[in-house]
Amino acid sequence: MDVILNFIAENLPMITILTLATFVGIEIIAKVPTVLHTPLMSGSNAISGVVVIGAILLIRDAKPDEYLTLIIGFLGIALAMINVVGGFAVTNRMLEMFKKKKK
Amino acid sequence: MERHITDFLYLISIVVFIFGMKGLSSPATARKGNLTAAAGMGLAILIALFSPAEGSFDNHIWIIAGMVVGSAIGLVSAKRVAMTKMPEMVSLFNGLGGATAMLIGFIELKNYQPAVISTVKSLLSNGEAANLMNGEVFSSIFALIIGAVSFSGSLIAWGKLNGSLRDNIKLPAPQIVNLVTLTAIIALSVMIMNGEEMNFALLLILTVLGLFYGVAFVSPIGGGDMPVVISLLNSFTGVGAAVAGLIYGNNIMIIGGILVGASGTILTVLMCEAMNRSLISVIIGGLGSSGSSSGSDREEVVKEATPADLAIQLKYSERVVIVPGYGLAVAQAQHVCHELEQSLEAEGVDVKYAIHPVAGRMPGHMNVLLAESDVDYDKLMELEPANDAFNNTDVVLVIGANDVVNPAAKTDTGSPIYGMPILDVEQAKNVIVFKRSMSTGYAGIQNPLFFGERTKMLFGDAKASLGKLKEELNNA
Repeated sequence: MDVILNFIAENLPMITILTLATFVGIEIIAKVPTVLHTPLMSGSNAISGVVVIGAILLIRDAKPDEYLTLIIGFLGIALAMINVVGGFAVTNRMLEMFKKKKK
Repeated sequence: MERHITDFLYLISIVVFIFGMKGLSSPATARKGNLTAAAGMGLAILIALFSPAEGSFDNHIWIIAGMVVGSAIGLVSAKRVAMTKMPEMVSLFNGLGGATAMLIGFIELKNYQPAVISTVKSLLSNGEAANLMNGEVFSSIFALIIGAVSFSGSLIAWGKLNGSLRDNIKLPAPQIVNLVTLTAIIALSVMIMNGEEMNFALLLILTVLGLFYGVAFVSPIGGGDMPVVISLLNSFTGVGAAVAGLIYGNNIMIIGGILVGASGTILTVLMCEAMNRSLISVIIGGLGSSGSSSGSDREEVVKEATPADLAIQLKYSERVVIVPGYGLAVAQAQHVCHELEQSLEAEGVDVKYAIHPVAGRMPGHMNVLLAESDVDYDKLMELEPANDAFNNTDVVLVIGANDVVNPAAKTDTGSPIYGMPILDVEQAKNVIVFKRSMSTGYAGIQNPLFFGERTKMLFGDAKASLGKLKEELNNA
């Protein structure tokens, strides 16, 4: 029990942020037309690639001879960047098509 | 001081993210929204790269190399992928993000030293406890597990959509396997956190279990539920990113991740609503394997249509509605479909499209495809207006759709899709079904529509059939 209370006490600002951001996330897309479900899923999927920041911080903290960390960090960055760049690019391609016919 | 500047810059990119997502949720601003979100991501990456950090070794070469490789692969695959393959692509991208969360969690745990508390991480570590019962270890374990589940689950979903993994993986008693795996994961996590120092063997087992859980979780779910699963896994990856953000006390990861987690969950619920199923029943149930429909044993006859007859019938119709499905996407028939629509319009026939919310393999999948071939946005009807229009329609062309027009969903309480709202094409005067063969749809159930009084079948590849039909129409 103590552990949980301690955890909450120490991380209150972050828990607050987490809670509020949840509501923002829900509110933002509460009214989205079906047409946009696929692009929205694909776009938000690209945003979840924000995990790349973690991999960058991981590598920056590693000593230059910690090869396992460096290699896995490198792999993590590469995979997350595929998610980010590929995700935004593919979403853009989809949305371009919608735009074209509206003129 | 520098830390505050960094955090403030992150805050800016968070605001940019939120504007981007807001833009993405409305048709007029969607494209701008996507680019805005991308800009926010670019800013966040720059901050992470160059923010001053005490005692850091930077290792920028490794970072840049990873970014160049990843960006190149991402860009090329995004450019090359056919629009019909979109759902698979999103699923695969999503899995890679999950993999990164998993790798971060794994390395943080492997490198974790209870005694040493680095400056960056001090926010989360509980300095007094000598064991591993603290926020950082907890967050790392959480990121590892969620990332692993999202990674392997997305790969299974990708394989299933590809067709390469259709029914190959069948675990016995999937619910029990899932429950046991989940229990083992929790028990193992508690064991790790109760240890004095990191137990590498346990860590490896935990990772494997996480990966296995993703497989066990997704593989029994089949049929029309795959879009829901992808959306759910997407929100998992978001949560994984947010939890990984907790390790570093990094606001942009926390907020960006949770935005995706929350909106992904809502999107998942919206999709379930479109299919009249609860999320729980999707996860536990799994379509297809449960009881077969009552009337399917009877010998029933289907009537076949020929392109020549159909062309004449269409020419003298007033209103035609096209119901596209995944078969249209597979056959790459969206362009010839649009050409047929134009030929008919030239003959004075009113042509509309009826789009079921879950037609294809993703909600909105058909909208994207038809937009690709320049179909006018005003010609697309959603479920309810379409159902109102059918009894006024002369001919309905069902092209590669099956489950979304299956009347068993209304009448047969034993059918696994019972209760799902369908496009009620039987109300129309004539129904023509374009299909390769009599095989069942993705949900694996027979469709009484094919035997209906007003239904005729046109067998063959959708693209070829539509092409022939268009030719006959121009000759007629």
